[in-house]
Amino acid sequence: MTDARKPQTPVAGQIASRGLAVGPVHIVAEGRERRRTQGDAAQEAAALRDAMARAARDLGGLIEAQADDEAAAILEVQLALLEDDGLTEGAFEAIAGGAPAERAWRDALDAQIRDYEAADDEYFRARATDLADLRDRVLDHLFGSGPAAVSPCPTGAIVVVDDLTPSRFLDLDWTVCGGLALSRGSPTSHVAMLARARGVPMLTGLGPLSLERGGIVILDAEAGRLEPAPTARRLREAAGRIADAEARRAKENTHLARPAVTADGVAVSVLVNLEELGQLDALDPAICDGIGLLRTEFLFSSARALPSEEAQYAAYVRFLDWAAGRPVTIRTLDAGGDKPVPGLTPEDEANPFLGVRGIRLSLRHRDVFEVQLRALARAAAGACGPLGVMFPMVTTPAEFVLARTIFEDVIAGLAADGVAAARPAIGMMVEVPAAAIRIADFDADFYSIGSNDLIQYVLACSRDNAALRDMFDGGDPAVVELIARTVAHGRATGRSVSLCGDMAGDADALDLLLGCGLRAFSVAPAVIGRIKAAIAATRLAGEGGHG
Amino acid sequence: MATKKAAAAVLMTHDIGLHARPSVKLTRLAKSFDAAVDLALSEDGPWIDAKSIVKVMATKAPRDTTLHFRAEGADAEEAVSALVELVKNDFRNDRRA
Repeated sequence: MTDARKPQTPVAGQIASRGLAVGPVHIVAEGRERRRTQGDAAQEAAALRDAMARAARDLGGLIEAQADDEAAAILEVQLALLEDDGLTEGAFEAIAGGAPAERAWRDALDAQIRDYEAADDEYFRARATDLADLRDRVLDHLFGSGPAAVSPCPTGAIVVVDDLTPSRFLDLDWTVCGGLALSRGSPTSHVAMLARARGVPMLTGLGPLSLERGGIVILDAEAGRLEPAPTARRLREAAGRIADAEARRAKENTHLARPAVTADGVAVSVLVNLEELGQLDALDPAICDGIGLLRTEFLFSSARALPSEEAQYAAYVRFLDWAAGRPVTIRTLDAGGDKPVPGLTPEDEANPFLGVRGIRLSLRHRDVFEVQLRALARAAAGACGPLGVMFPMVTTPAEFVLARTIFEDVIAGLAADGVAAARPAIGMMVEVPAAAIRIADFDADFYSIGSNDLIQYVLACSRDNAALRDMFDGGDPAVVELIARTVAHGRATGRSVSLCGDMAGDADALDLLLGCGLRAFSVAPAVIGRIKAAIAATRLAGEGGHG
Repeated sequence: MATKKAAAAVLMTHDIGLHARPSVKLTRLAKSFDAAVDLALSEDGPWIDAKSIVKVMATKAPRDTTLHFRAEGADAEEAVSALVELVKNDFRNDRRA
């Protein structure tokens, strides 16, 4: 209890997965101070073999239960390792030499873990976590406890833990548990990704917590704080917010399968923002009018090695197949800013959001850029629906022309080599004020307004600075004027204009945007129902003839 | 019945190299044959057991490495050609075990 915070004060944390949950604290112990009695060598070997068999059975069951391939693959690697004598022979030798099973196993695994931790390759270093996960899983069985996290958790429980491995996360029954609070951890971790996919509210970086087991807490992953020992009034407020959110979600979901139309009959396109392959399985393309923004950063984040043309091509084709003829817009690599790619983005920039990011980075790494463009041109050749490719962070007309010329040269090169390729529509993101102000100077096939960056650059207001949250306002007249200018230019010249960014998901902002004449929005999958419901409630009366 | 032997080499173009998931697929396939199957990054070895994921991953073979396979046993030839096919297909075998 020395440096733990007072339990009554709300604790601030980072939002890893949005949502609100109220429930009893369920502490998942990290402590491994457990004892067992050592038998003779034969008994120890049998005990280890038994613990390994149980761990394998856990993993097999977990793999079966996974809906997404990504989570299953993480576990399959562990299962394969467990089935390999090469991993375990050292442990059995140590047991034959008189070591207790738990020490033999731990030493054998720790040796492997150290080896991976020392690897040059970031991808290999990450495997150390998988091995540690496997080590603990077998140890849990050896001590006869089974995985600690599996201890039944009360309904709606807020799971409180120092940090969590992916398989421990998957061990927990998220139809029963309500939320996740980590003392350490990070919103970019694998576990955070799994939590978002399942809609589990999650906070990270809460620091040392001293919470009473079973005590009711409010996990507010909208405001980014954990409230221990809330008053009756706070609990009523939270219950009200949860009920409102559920009612809203139920209502929104009734709009999902229907096309978006305003109350006075104006059709609006609602497209989806996607950012990883794992999203496709759980998503029905019928709920949207296509992919308005496919971020390609995921291809560049899984390993230090850059993705090959083949790997990129295969990924793009999968998204195109999923869209089944609906329009798809793919954005070229938008690394830099808050999305570093090791070995590619500069590491020592004082102000990365004003640094070498987006198209600026691609133009400085032509080789990497051309690989992506080749994969895109090949995907365009086989696409069953319209494909658009756009460049992020375009600031000057010359930049756009240069990027487009490189793309067209790549397409010509493929054609000369007899490779099937096609020229998709070539567009640009409008997110730098200079581009929005001089939009008529940019001869792009289409424009996509990136509201998050546009707001932060127009208002000189960092989007990740909580202290400026009130100032970061898409409804600011300066922002609205630039959006209206872009929409008007698109309409006058027959170029399509859409908007992607959190602003599109905000019902108040939606009125303004529709008022500007915008008729296409691209939003995160979870927001589609909300925006369709908001559109259906909007009346454009007085706005006059277009639409 | 005389013991059969087979050997072949193939260039690996998988973009992240012989990492966890490719290693799982490779060892799983190798294990489906009775023959003893070895893997090396050079013709002169050292040869390691292609059925051991720990050893296969420990090669830390990056992209554009040539993988050498050799097998010994009744189905040696089938084993080697199946493994070569797997690497050639960029480790895409869509069957989920």
